[in-house]
Amino acid sequence: MSYYPARRRSNNLWMSLSVAAAGFGLLWLVLILATLLFKGFAGLSLAVFTEMTPPPGSAGGLLNPIAGSIIMTVIGVVIGTPIGMLAGTYMAEYGRTSKLTLVVRFINDILLSAPSIVIGLFVYTVMVAQMGHFSGLAGAVSLAILVIPVVVRTTEDMLNLVPNTLREAGAALGMPRSLVIRHIAYKAASAGLVTGVLLAIARVSGETAPLLFTSLNNQFWSTNLNAPMASLPVVIFQFALSPYKDWQALAWTGALIITFSVLTLSIMARLIVAKGKTR
Amino acid sequence: MIPKDPMIPEIPMTMESPMTMPATPDAALREKITIRDLKFYYGTSLALKGISLPLYDRKVTAFIGPSGCGKSTLLRVLNRMYDLYPGQHAEGEVLFDGANVLAPDQDRNLLRSRIGMVFQKPTPFPMSIYDNIAFGIRLYEHLPKAEMDGRVETALRRAAIWNEVKDKLGSSGLGLSGGQQQRLCIARTVAIKPEVILFDEPCSALDPISTAKIEELIDELSSDYTIAIVTHNMQQAARVSSQTAFMYLGELVEFGVTSQMFTAPSDKRTQDYITGRFG
Amino acid sequence: MTDMALETQIATRHDLLKSKSLKRFRTGDTIFRNLTRGAAVLVLVLLGGVIVSLIHGSLPAFHAFGFSFLTTQSWNPVTEVFGAAAPIYGTLVTSLIALLIAVPVGIGIAIFLTELCPMALRRPIGVAIELLAGIPSIIYGIWGLFVFAPFMQEYIQPALIGSLGAIPGIGTLFAGPPYGIGTLTAGLILAIMVLPFVTAISRDVFETVPAVLKESAYGLGCTTWEVVRNIVIPYTRVGVIGGVMLGLGRALGETMAVTFVIGNAHRISGSILAPGTTISATIANEFTEAVGDIYTSSLIALGLILFVITFIVLAAARLMLMRLDAKAGR
Repeated sequence: MSYYPARRRSNNLWMSLSVAAAGFGLLWLVLILATLLFKGFAGLSLAVFTEMTPPPGSAGGLLNPIAGSIIMTVIGVVIGTPIGMLAGTYMAEYGRTSKLTLVVRFINDILLSAPSIVIGLFVYTVMVAQMGHFSGLAGAVSLAILVIPVVVRTTEDMLNLVPNTLREAGAALGMPRSLVIRHIAYKAASAGLVTGVLLAIARVSGETAPLLFTSLNNQFWSTNLNAPMASLPVVIFQFALSPYKDWQALAWTGALIITFSVLTLSIMARLIVAKGKTR
Repeated sequence: MIPKDPMIPEIPMTMESPMTMPATPDAALREKITIRDLKFYYGTSLALKGISLPLYDRKVTAFIGPSGCGKSTLLRVLNRMYDLYPGQHAEGEVLFDGANVLAPDQDRNLLRSRIGMVFQKPTPFPMSIYDNIAFGIRLYEHLPKAEMDGRVETALRRAAIWNEVKDKLGSSGLGLSGGQQQRLCIARTVAIKPEVILFDEPCSALDPISTAKIEELIDELSSDYTIAIVTHNMQQAARVSSQTAFMYLGELVEFGVTSQMFTAPSDKRTQDYITGRFG
Repeated sequence: MTDMALETQIATRHDLLKSKSLKRFRTGDTIFRNLTRGAAVLVLVLLGGVIVSLIHGSLPAFHAFGFSFLTTQSWNPVTEVFGAAAPIYGTLVTSLIALLIAVPVGIGIAIFLTELCPMALRRPIGVAIELLAGIPSIIYGIWGLFVFAPFMQEYIQPALIGSLGAIPGIGTLFAGPPYGIGTLTAGLILAIMVLPFVTAISRDVFETVPAVLKESAYGLGCTTWEVVRNIVIPYTRVGVIGGVMLGLGRALGETMAVTFVIGNAHRISGSILAPGTTISATIANEFTEAVGDIYTSSLIALGLILFVITFIVLAAARLMLMRLDAKAGR
């Protein structure tokens, strides 16, 4: 019993450190969000959504980069989602025990956290360098490459959660495997699959690095996929590092818009999962 | 349903097979399925050690035995459900109207459309009650809406659940009670007009009232379908079946007329199990 | 009897329809199966494509500079002499600083969340941390440049120079004027960025400890710290290391959070207060302006080096986490 006070002291010390760590960690994150709200809200106005990016020293908005971001994200998701879903389907349904699945899972997990700037370099060498110019399409493709691993992962995980009895029930009706997957497994896992896509959108909509040398930037309104295209993150990057106060202010506003969108998407994804669980 | 007299002569089948037409004095018993020296392997472990027995046309055959004796495994061989999983294989012969089900060129989807299965836990698909039934029908038949409605209603009536669901055909099958879900699954199986129905412990997840309903239903269905039922409940076996097979450790210990089996079993092990000395 | 004939007729029609459906099923099944398989293979092809294209693109640089590319500090677009030593150094040092801070803090938060935090707060704080892991890195970058760097210049760095800078030996780490931006600032921003990752993974890993195991330790009269120290951490060690490696993978490859505050100076400085550069920051800043094949190729070669480093780190992390999964029987 004589050790007990010492043990308690040590416990109190370490547990206080743990609480301090939590406080310290959360403090920074709160600080960042608070600054973002404070600085971003100041510049928020209707003009941000209706006017083009201005030359330094004059007023303007972020319409073209917002549009560009949406266009490239949508195309990236449209390209990446089917590929990712099909690959995840193979891993969870057809090849659950095959070697290929093991290898793909391993490689996919690496792609999932691979530096996105390297993906940008890859798309630059295979698309931009070959075509001879930067383009919105190249930007969309590099986003698609980032979408694929996220969707592969969630598709595999979610399909693995579908009980085998449901597949057997489908098969027992004489249903071919492909129909069991498409009409029963996908349906049973639908909430999770949607979540995966939302998370993928959240992930790529804030990506900057892979766009820097694929879609580049465009000061003007452009929906031409074969030409350089503005995007919110790249504009923030350029404006924030500029010496002009009004550009910097726009960068903050853009940062607020991105963060808000990403958080909304993540929360939506979470709500869908939560709703699926209570059903 | 008018209970059918078991002595009514059989309607000849479209696929005539002389070898399964026994010229026994008991002319009413025709072997719908004949199992001959069936061995089944999970990987390398032998789960069924050479089973031979018939399933008679439009009769209920009950499979009883302690857990792990292979009765569910046997059921899953009959519609080749085990094919969904790698590493499992069967040897021997399962003649279904004279054709070997285990033949490599056997089309599994066709087989399963002819041999339906109802599972231990209810497995409604994640779709509406109507679609749960219509889905299976659509696999093989393209019917106009009115005809489809009729088929769905017939199936639901057949499974004695029509009155409970007729006003909410559009709502999800997942919203029904366990007993209703199980009857929905039976309706789904009946809807595609199989010749044989396999029940794998269909009542083990249900309350006594639902169980009674299902048992009644099985009795009615036996006038039109060949039925095999796996059960842990000996009273149930005695109530619903005309033939009973007792299995133990992957072997068929005894097979015979139910009433005889439960009153005067010929094997000591059967007697011990039935009287509750093990299992 | 006519009934029977009709029934037979219907049955044959039914069979005919069935055989048609079955044929369609077989083709449909084969097509879908091959489609999914093809997509799975495509994932491998993608990674292969990334590696091949990076190697191909960096060949001119490796031809021109050979092995010395890795050891040369010079980065001179005018004379076209390029070496990767400074960015590699910067990448490693910033990541090291980030881990030194994020790992203990992250594990501390995870302990707080799994052992101490009141139940009602666990989910909100946990979710908040997961949400923060999803905030784009450019946000951390812009905050670092406008808020954190001035703060460092004003308060932290002068204090460090004044106190630690005077000590011989480690003093060189804190030498020089307070720029605000620089290696230390970049490392700290990275730390804040990878903190949510480390926390989320550690928490997930801690939650794999079976409750009975902890309860039996508490049953012996262990304090919370003793349970964490002797049960939770040993049980999850492999997983925590895997999580830390994942965080390292993030930190190494992180671009935007660093690019804003690192200072972009191609030299290796003894002081962590001095501006430096990292691989990803160099690529982000210079790639579009690079003129000449050697310049471009050198930047791609940097990308290749980064990819190889992160590949090794991430592969090691995944292998460790897979081992933990196998242990948990999942």
